[in-house]
Amino acid sequence: MSDFLQALASQPFLRQALFAGLLASVACGVIGSYVVVKRIGYLAGGIAHSVLGGMGVAYFFGGDPMDGALVAAVLAALLISWVNLHWREHEDTVIGALWAAGMAVGILLMARTPGYNVDLMSYLFGNILLVPSSELWRMAWLDLIVLLLVLLFQKQFLAVVFDEEFARLRGIRVAFYYPLLLVLIAVTVVVLIQMVGLILVIALLTLPAAVSGHYVRTLGWMMVGATLLGMLFTFAGLALSYGPDLPAGATIILLASATYLISVVALAWRRR
Amino acid sequence: MNTERLPLEIDRLRFSYGGVPLLEQIDLRVEPREFLALIGPNGSGKSTLFKLILGLRQPDGGTIRLFGRPPREARRWVGYVPQYPLFNRDFPITVTQAVMLGRLGLTRRWFGFNRADRLATARALDEVGISGLANRPIGNLSGGQLQRLLVARALVTEPRLLLLDEPTANIDQQGEQGLFDLLGLLNQRMAIVVISHDIGFISQQVNRVACLNRTLICHPATELKSSDIEQMYGRPMHLIHHEHAHHTPGEGMR
Repeated sequence: MSDFLQALASQPFLRQALFAGLLASVACGVIGSYVVVKRIGYLAGGIAHSVLGGMGVAYFFGGDPMDGALVAAVLAALLISWVNLHWREHEDTVIGALWAAGMAVGILLMARTPGYNVDLMSYLFGNILLVPSSELWRMAWLDLIVLLLVLLFQKQFLAVVFDEEFARLRGIRVAFYYPLLLVLIAVTVVVLIQMVGLILVIALLTLPAAVSGHYVRTLGWMMVGATLLGMLFTFAGLALSYGPDLPAGATIILLASATYLISVVALAWRRR
Repeated sequence: MNTERLPLEIDRLRFSYGGVPLLEQIDLRVEPREFLALIGPNGSGKSTLFKLILGLRQPDGGTIRLFGRPPREARRWVGYVPQYPLFNRDFPITVTQAVMLGRLGLTRRWFGFNRADRLATARALDEVGISGLANRPIGNLSGGQLQRLLVARALVTEPRLLLLDEPTANIDQQGEQGLFDLLGLLNQRMAIVVISHDIGFISQQVNRVACLNRTLICHPATELKSSDIEQMYGRPMHLIHHEHAHHTPGEGMR
C-alpha cells in the first residue's frame, strides 16, 4: 500500500487513473442506482455492447472511437425506450439483437479499417491507466450534465422508476422522462467504458448501487452510498493491482463483486 | 373548473378486449357527493372500467366525461387507489416519499418537493392514520398499512373523485371497518366509487350500488335484492340485508 501511495505521488499517469476512477464513480453511483431499482441491468448491458458498433464506425472513418461510442450509446438508448413504450412484448429480443449486432458491426469495421492496429482488448476490458487527460475533461463534463439533470428532474425520475402508471396519471410525460433516463444511462456507460471496458461495465454500474441499497432506505442515500463505494473500489482496485501489475479494471470489478457477495451473505445471516 | 359539473358521466360505453366484448352499453352518472359501490363477478370488467375512466385505455365507442372533460384532461382531479401496488416492495423509498409523489402535477416542476408538499403529505398520513410510519421503508408495511399508503397518495392529489379498486382485498375485517369509516369521512368532500367483488362490506355510507356484468344496472343501496344478485352472478346467492350488514361489517356473501 505504501508503495502505491509513493507511486501515486511520483507518477502522474497513476494520479490521472485515480482521478478518472473517482470521476466515473459519481455518474456510476447516481445512474447505477436507477438501473438497480428499476431492474434494467440487461437493458444497460445491451446499450454497453452496442457501443462497439459506434466505435467501429468512428474508427473506420478515422474519427475518435469515443465519439462514436457516445453516439451509438445514445441511439441505442432511444431505440430501446421507443420499443419499451410502444412494442414492449419484444423489448427483450430487441435488446439481445442490439447487443450482438452492435458488437458484430464493431468487429467487422475494425477488421476492415486500413492499417488496423487497434487494441480490441482495451475496448472490451478497458485500461484505466491509459485514459488521456482529454478524456478526463469529457468525463467531468458528463458527470456535471448527469448530476444537473438528476437534480432538476429528481421527482419525475423517481416517479417513473417507482410507479410508471401512477406517474402517467399524475401528468408526468413518461415518453419524455424514460428515454431521457436511458440516455443518461448510455452516457454513463460510455464514461465507464474508459475504465473497465464494455464487458465489465454492467458490474461497475450495478454492484456499488446494489451494495448501497442493502443499507439505506431512500434512493438519494443509495446514490450517495454507491458513489462512495465506487470511489473506494477504484482506489483499492488500483492499489491492489499496482504492485503485482494486474489489470486494474478486472481487479476493481472483482473487489466490487466480492463486497456484494459478502454483503448479501451478511444480510441473510442477520435476518435469520 | 366548474364544480357544478358531474364528477363522472359515462354514455353508451363499449369496450372489447381481443375481439371479445367486455363492456357494453354502460351508462353511469356519479353526483358530486355520491358514494357508489361497483360490484360484479371476477372478470366482469370492473377494473377495466376504471382504466377507461382514467384514460389508460381507449373505449371502442361511447363517451366518458370527468367534470365535463375527456379523461386525459381531467384525471388530475381523480384520486386512484389500485388494487395492487405496481411498485416493487423492496424499492428504497419511505412512506412519506411514496405518498409525496402524489403531489406531482400540483408542485413545482424543477428540483425536489417543497414545504407545501411536505405539509400536505403529513396531513394525508395523519388522515389515514399512518403518521407513525412516515419514515419507514415501504418494504416492511403490512397489507392494511400499504392500503392506507395508497389512499394517502391518492388524497395528496387533492381529488374531487376517488376511485378505489378492491380496497379491502388484502386486509382483515377490523382494517376493513376502519377503511370504510375513513371513506365515509372523505365522502363529505368528494365523490367516491369503490369496486368490490364482495358485497358484504356495503355499509350505510354507500348511496348506490352498480352491478356490472358486461353491462351495468344501478340500484339504490337500500333496494338491492337477492334476485338482482342472482341475475348478475347467474346463481342464487345468500345476501345479508344492508341493515344487517351494517351491524356486522365484513360478513357477507362470497
